[in-house]
Amino acid sequence: MAYTEEELKKELETKEYEYGFYTDIESDTFPIGLNEEIVIAISKKKEEPEWMTQWRLEAFRVWESMEEPNWANVHYDKPDFQNISYYSAPKSADPNKTLDDVDPDLLEMYRKLGISVDEQKKLQNVAVDIVVDSVSVATTFKKTLAEKGIIFMPISEAIKEHPELVKKYMGTVVPQKDNFYAALNSAVFTDGSFCYIPKGVRCPMELSTYFRINQAGTGQFERTLLIADEDSYVSYLEGCTAPSRDENQLHAAVVELIALDGAEIKYSTVQNWFPGNKEGKGGVYNFVTKRAICEKNAKVSWTQVETGSAVTWKYPSCILKGDNSIGEFYSIAVTNNYQQADTGTKMIHLGKNTKSTIISKGISAGKSQNSYRGLVQVNSRADGARNFSQCDSLLMGNECGAHTFPYIEAKNKTAMIEHEATTSKIGEDQIFYCNQRGIDTEKAIALIVNGFSKEVLNKLPMEFAVEAQKLLEISLEGSVG
Amino acid sequence: MAFENNVDVEHPVHDVRMAAIKNFEEKGFPSKKEEAWKYTSLNNIQKIDFSIFPKQENSLEYKDVKRYFIHEIDTYKIVFVDGIYSSYLSETTHDGVDICLMSAALTKPMYKQVIDVYFNKIASKDESLTTLNTAFSREGAYIYIPKNKMPKKPIEILHFSTGNEASLLLQPRNLIVVEENAEVQIIERHQSLTSNEVLTNAVTEIFAAKSAIVDLYKIQNDVATASLIDNTYVDQKDKSLVKIHTFSFGGKLTRNNLNFYQNGEYIDSTMKGVTILGEKQHVDHHTLVHHIQPNCESHQDYKGIYGDSSTGVFNGKIIVDKIAQKTNAFQKNNNILISDKASINSKPQLEIFADDVKCSHGCTIGQLDKDALFYLQSRGIPEKEARALLMYAFANNVLSSVRIPELKARINKLIAKKLGVNLGFDL
Repeated sequence: MAYTEEELKKELETKEYEYGFYTDIESDTFPIGLNEEIVIAISKKKEEPEWMTQWRLEAFRVWESMEEPNWANVHYDKPDFQNISYYSAPKSADPNKTLDDVDPDLLEMYRKLGISVDEQKKLQNVAVDIVVDSVSVATTFKKTLAEKGIIFMPISEAIKEHPELVKKYMGTVVPQKDNFYAALNSAVFTDGSFCYIPKGVRCPMELSTYFRINQAGTGQFERTLLIADEDSYVSYLEGCTAPSRDENQLHAAVVELIALDGAEIKYSTVQNWFPGNKEGKGGVYNFVTKRAICEKNAKVSWTQVETGSAVTWKYPSCILKGDNSIGEFYSIAVTNNYQQADTGTKMIHLGKNTKSTIISKGISAGKSQNSYRGLVQVNSRADGARNFSQCDSLLMGNECGAHTFPYIEAKNKTAMIEHEATTSKIGEDQIFYCNQRGIDTEKAIALIVNGFSKEVLNKLPMEFAVEAQKLLEISLEGSVG
Repeated sequence: MAFENNVDVEHPVHDVRMAAIKNFEEKGFPSKKEEAWKYTSLNNIQKIDFSIFPKQENSLEYKDVKRYFIHEIDTYKIVFVDGIYSSYLSETTHDGVDICLMSAALTKPMYKQVIDVYFNKIASKDESLTTLNTAFSREGAYIYIPKNKMPKKPIEILHFSTGNEASLLLQPRNLIVVEENAEVQIIERHQSLTSNEVLTNAVTEIFAAKSAIVDLYKIQNDVATASLIDNTYVDQKDKSLVKIHTFSFGGKLTRNNLNFYQNGEYIDSTMKGVTILGEKQHVDHHTLVHHIQPNCESHQDYKGIYGDSSTGVFNGKIIVDKIAQKTNAFQKNNNILISDKASINSKPQLEIFADDVKCSHGCTIGQLDKDALFYLQSRGIPEKEARALLMYAFANNVLSSVRIPELKARINKLIAKKLGVNLGFDL
């Protein structure tokens, strides 16, 4: 039976969230609300040094004076920030324990999610730093990494163990006052990952962190700081699933990437958070600030597959500061039912001969709204800057919408910028190409849609690491040409 | 106030004006904080104390301003000097078509029917500058082409400012109604004759009925102290074709707001523009095409060449409604930066709610092709001419659809002058 567009549409509409279940783990949860005391209490709970507490308070004070932004092309009920608990940790979480000591409930949850930490260690050669409700409970492969001098640990530990690195880099790419959600995150972040790749080291394996939102009514505020020292290389995977809930959950993460001279960072995200049910009820709010800074000859590549969240507001960006640095952004955003996504990237060209590539694919189905919002900025000293952007949207059904808001600002006469965007049902030339080779239209549509989305949409299990990576490379390489 | 010399509170337009004033009082001038004005600041303009109504009438001799007309051909002319109609320079008609004045149309009973149906119907009632015009506009062109008619010759609308006032705010208001199967060609130009400050805040409403054809050419080559905010609203019915060409070569600040509303099927809307700027000039092309009904097309093609410290903005928005299936909407914006201080901001925007559509936009910013330049030079064409030739070629797509040959020749000359070369031939 050929897989037709109609069937896919149906599948998109009816597909229930596959990973929606809730594991009952006793949690250590703070009272709801946010004030300076809570910020101090979080800091204390994490046994942080004084400078960190002050840093958080600074952010909190800035946040208080800020207003929630509403320029994005999304509509939702604004979260009540005084009605959220800002800290929740599974009780048994203790990073020093071995896996055997971990709460059996937790292990059961991972089993349901399809993670077997041990198995993954062996089979997939992936070091996993699992975050369940804000505290890392299992860190693997630390030893292998340590031999290379790579630091990969929860950021709460890094603050204690490597304060000089954290102090030097945290907030340099995304300052506390950068935006409303970044300020909030800076004040109340509970955990996240910290990664440092020393000079000239090529990280031997994919680094990976799975984030899960688990405790009812707790927002999750991760903070990721990734530093690739001169001439190093790292590939980092981030993925998310969340249990079904009828209540909107807030997620405001901050990711900072620092690629020093000649370093290369590949950052991949698969986001499969609960998008709300068919009526648009529930679902996660995802307001993320992700930004990278590229020094001389450095390269940062963002890859994202967005399938989840009720509301997504996410712009992984590159500041191409050093000469000859390269920024890349590859994205597939799929929205269905009542999902809303406003996502894209910013490429800020500051250095000479900097290059950036943007490939964005949006698929809208059901009653969803899918927006691409991007900025390409070439500053007056960025001689020889080069950008290529392509945004394609695919619409399924006549109740969804696809929008593009590209901003292009050039202040240098040697800049070369190309931007193209198309919106269509399914590319006629693509069908023609298939027809020409003896594949009938029905099959061609199936092939195209499958190629465009199926693997991404269908079964994004927690073993996505290898799969999704392959998938992304295969599906994106063609369009990079 | 405004059109009526003595305020006639009984006049139906009076209410429209009062509502407009109220809206402007609420909103004020747009600031850079507004998305639509992100790249264009009106701060400098607002600092100038403009006189709204000139104190005295001024007259001009035809020989002094002849060069601003397309004098090679015979045209109808509607000429305004400092915002006041100049019957001496104009040539209007009521022979089958009405080509006359807005003030007359608003006050004489014979036009009441048309005014009731069309006046201020498509112009925005909440955009602040449009309502400023609605409130205070004094004069403008009124063009009514009845069913199956076509004026014998093109129509020129010219606005001169003589500089008798230290700084002048002009607010012309035009109404162009083209009935079923009728056709019209219009050339519009604003010209300041001195270096005194002038700000023109124009509003034009165009209604193209079934199968009507409207060709509008805007020539913007004003002096460095003249600013123009042009708000054009176009309402199209089934099978109509409206083409607007904008040639922006001068002025201090130029903002073109072109708004197309496709209220019918099988409509074609075309917007083309050539922008060549130098000095500290600023041009902002802001277009909107709203596809409301199925089976329509829109084409946008804007080319820009920016030198010195000039800045260019292109902000094109295409909205495709849910029922507007089979829409073809294309948008293209190509730019060349030839100076280090020049900058370009481009925002081609699509908002699409229908699935069976073909919409695309493309935007490029680049330089002249070095190989092409070398090729021309290697064949004995000096660099300056070679560059000009390539820039001509770059702009030629837009020029090729100009349907009045004399106008095309004129624009060619303007381009040559702007680029500082004489090729000795027209393209």
